[in-house]
Amino acid sequence: MVDKINSFTLTNGLKVLLKEIHSSPIISHWVWYRVGSRNEVEGKTGISHWAEHMQFKGTPKFPQGVLDRAISRDGGMWNAFTHLDWTTFFETVPAEKINLPLELESDRMNNSIYDPLEVESERTVIISEREGNENEPLFRLEEAIQLAAFKFHPYRNEVLGSIADLQSIQRDDLFNHYKTYYNPQNAVVAVAGDFETEKMLELIKDRYTDIPGNPVPKTTIRIDQILHQEEQIEVHGPGETTYLELTWRAPAANSDDFFALTVLDSYLTGPTSLNMFGGGGISNKTSRLYKSLVEKELAVSVVGSLQATIDPFLYNITITVRPDRRWQDVLSTVDAEIDKILQSPISQSDIDRAVKQARALFTYGSENITNQAFWLGYSEMFDDYEWFLNYVDHLKSSTPSRLLEAAQRLLPSNTRVRGVFLPERGEA
Amino acid sequence: MINHSHKINIKSLPGSHDISRKVLPNGITLLARSNFQSASVVLSGYIGAGSLFDPKEKLGLAHFTSLALMRGTKNRDFQQIFENLESIGASLGFGASVHNTNLGGRCLADDLPLVVDILSDCIVNPIFPEGYIEKLRAQLMTSLAIRAQDTAEMASLEFDKLLFENHPYGLPEDGYPETIREISRTDLLQFHSNYYRPDNMVIVIVGAIDHESAFDLFEKTFGQWQNPLSPLKVQLSPVVPPKETIQQHIELPGKSQSDLVMGTLGPRRHAPEYLAASIGNNILGQFGMMGRIGDSVREKAGLAYYASTSLNAWIEAGSWEVSAGVNPSNINKAADLIIKELERFSSEPVSQGELEDSKSNFIGRLPLSLESNSGVANAVLNLERFNLGLDYLQRYPSLIEAITPEDILKAAKKYIDPQKLIIVSAGSQKMSK
Repeated sequence: MVDKINSFTLTNGLKVLLKEIHSSPIISHWVWYRVGSRNEVEGKTGISHWAEHMQFKGTPKFPQGVLDRAISRDGGMWNAFTHLDWTTFFETVPAEKINLPLELESDRMNNSIYDPLEVESERTVIISEREGNENEPLFRLEEAIQLAAFKFHPYRNEVLGSIADLQSIQRDDLFNHYKTYYNPQNAVVAVAGDFETEKMLELIKDRYTDIPGNPVPKTTIRIDQILHQEEQIEVHGPGETTYLELTWRAPAANSDDFFALTVLDSYLTGPTSLNMFGGGGISNKTSRLYKSLVEKELAVSVVGSLQATIDPFLYNITITVRPDRRWQDVLSTVDAEIDKILQSPISQSDIDRAVKQARALFTYGSENITNQAFWLGYSEMFDDYEWFLNYVDHLKSSTPSRLLEAAQRLLPSNTRVRGVFLPERGEA
Repeated sequence: MINHSHKINIKSLPGSHDISRKVLPNGITLLARSNFQSASVVLSGYIGAGSLFDPKEKLGLAHFTSLALMRGTKNRDFQQIFENLESIGASLGFGASVHNTNLGGRCLADDLPLVVDILSDCIVNPIFPEGYIEKLRAQLMTSLAIRAQDTAEMASLEFDKLLFENHPYGLPEDGYPETIREISRTDLLQFHSNYYRPDNMVIVIVGAIDHESAFDLFEKTFGQWQNPLSPLKVQLSPVVPPKETIQQHIELPGKSQSDLVMGTLGPRRHAPEYLAASIGNNILGQFGMMGRIGDSVREKAGLAYYASTSLNAWIEAGSWEVSAGVNPSNINKAADLIIKELERFSSEPVSQGELEDSKSNFIGRLPLSLESNSGVANAVLNLERFNLGLDYLQRYPSLIEAITPEDILKAAKKYIDPQKLIIVSAGSQKMSK
């Protein structure tokens, strides 16, 4: 994980990160754009995600279907993701086939068509994607929580967008979004795998240097105040299962508090894995909240979620309530446990354990070159790749007193949103 | 003959030159492959104690038993088991499928002796503490309640039931609420003593350890475990293809999207036409953006976020399925488009171009699927499970290259009759927008 990473910036502003790994004859190539739901305005929510879909609809040189066919033909793996702060596209291919992804990604950075007919057929595909998500109680609960947690910040909106916006966004909106944000000055190319750095840099220059770089308009974002009184929301829907979700404002990824909360979360709900492509996870049966909720038969599961973001986003604890219990009893138990870490420090051995777990997870994840390339670019989107290199050391530098102080600032109950999904049994 | 576009070094793939295999005196089969590039070790394996042994009124027993293994042993209680594992960042888990109870684990290489010790303790010495049985039961019941609200799972459940009537393949390994309620601690103890035995256990070890040390470690921890005297007997009823199209809808109120699962039987893993069907399936609903069906249902008609096929080949039989998530008002439209593709697929040979694409994809993706320890462990376990031989991956490219459009058409015709399909949807048909 601490192997050498080389960083370059091309004349058009494109940042390039390269990491040689010679364990398998494979290369993983990623292009990251600094655009996501964070850059969206009301009326156009979901546009970043939709634009990501349109990037598979073809350029004059590579018409629709050619991209995925060409990569799949070589036995490669490819996909794209849109999140709060970023949109990313990747291809992992046999090393000798690396020219293909370089050609495809550099081409669609600038030459995608956005055919109006394709925009229309994709509209229903995306609405269908959203409808699939709406089937899930936790999607509906989380969407409601985000709206309650932020009044102004675009993080309040679902990455998929609202149905109303998905029905009204037009081809030119999408095309303008593309032309504004997909450009070398707003992008990072990250490549890991079986190559020589100098040669790879030349290949990248050949493909990307001629794309003009333009400054990206600054996104004006109104940061919300921290809540001063707990927001309480309820979502109702079919089912038999009650979920309780507690959500606090999380620190930005580049702050020391982020690492403090990572350790606290590990203590409360178990370690979180940054492995997106294999490498597994570690169970959380000895975490504080599992012991007090699942072992004590109040809940059937508890998970925590903290995401690395540019601006403060949210830290969630999500609990699946046992069918024979009341969510109010679960809540008071969670409150009692959180009170403990607000009153007295957790031990040094709890910190050591979180560090050991994080190290093990990185070791498992580093077996996959796609993971390694993902980590490179990912950390650039909210900080820089040093963030990733120093991740374990940052966790390690936590002290019990520092964590106590951070917990007191970050986790008071009056600053949170309390969301409950209540099932409506037997509704038909 | 190997096409020049598929330049993979077949020697670099796991094979008889670097996989070691050993059968312990008590019958446990061990397979190991070293990889010192990463400091970790992956364990993957199974015991032949699957849901096919579940009594009908106690369906879910194999699954329940597998999850209860880690709740306490003669030597360690639940807290000790997980304290040991989690504090070193290791993982270990069990679950059941129709034929097997599966196990998987991962740890840093230095910690392997401890993890193998816990593994053997859970497999050989579980005590199934009463209190934990009830906790587990509540968790299982909640999972089933969540399953009952999941459109994709409910459609799939009903599909299996209709396709594999009176066969364990048609029944869910996790059971039903009424069968989970019937299971007692005595049932778990009995299931464990009847079906957990060394002579039907296989374990694969991949990672930063040489095979001799790995085998010694397992021999030391599992060597004393004895087989019960009675041999295992299984008699499964034969599987028959659908005689006519059966269409079924499961109404789940309040859902924005409906899930559609349709299809028929597919080849079992040992069927001679398995690889031809597999390549054909890739063309039909996987390659690129979900193959022909993805192109028709998603790309052209814009009806679904996903529409793809899967070929599931097991020991006794298999299924050939198409699944799609669609707006409730588009269920019939999507099903019609899928049937059209099935008609074409089972009446015309695939084009040479499509075939070359998929062959290239199958061979080219080998290195990617085998880059990590867990990828290798899965592949090696399959070699053993389906008795393919340790050099199977070396032979694989030429087996794939030999497949012709006629082979695929023959396989398609053998299994797919577009007039005789099982078609199941789940969602809110009554409140469609």
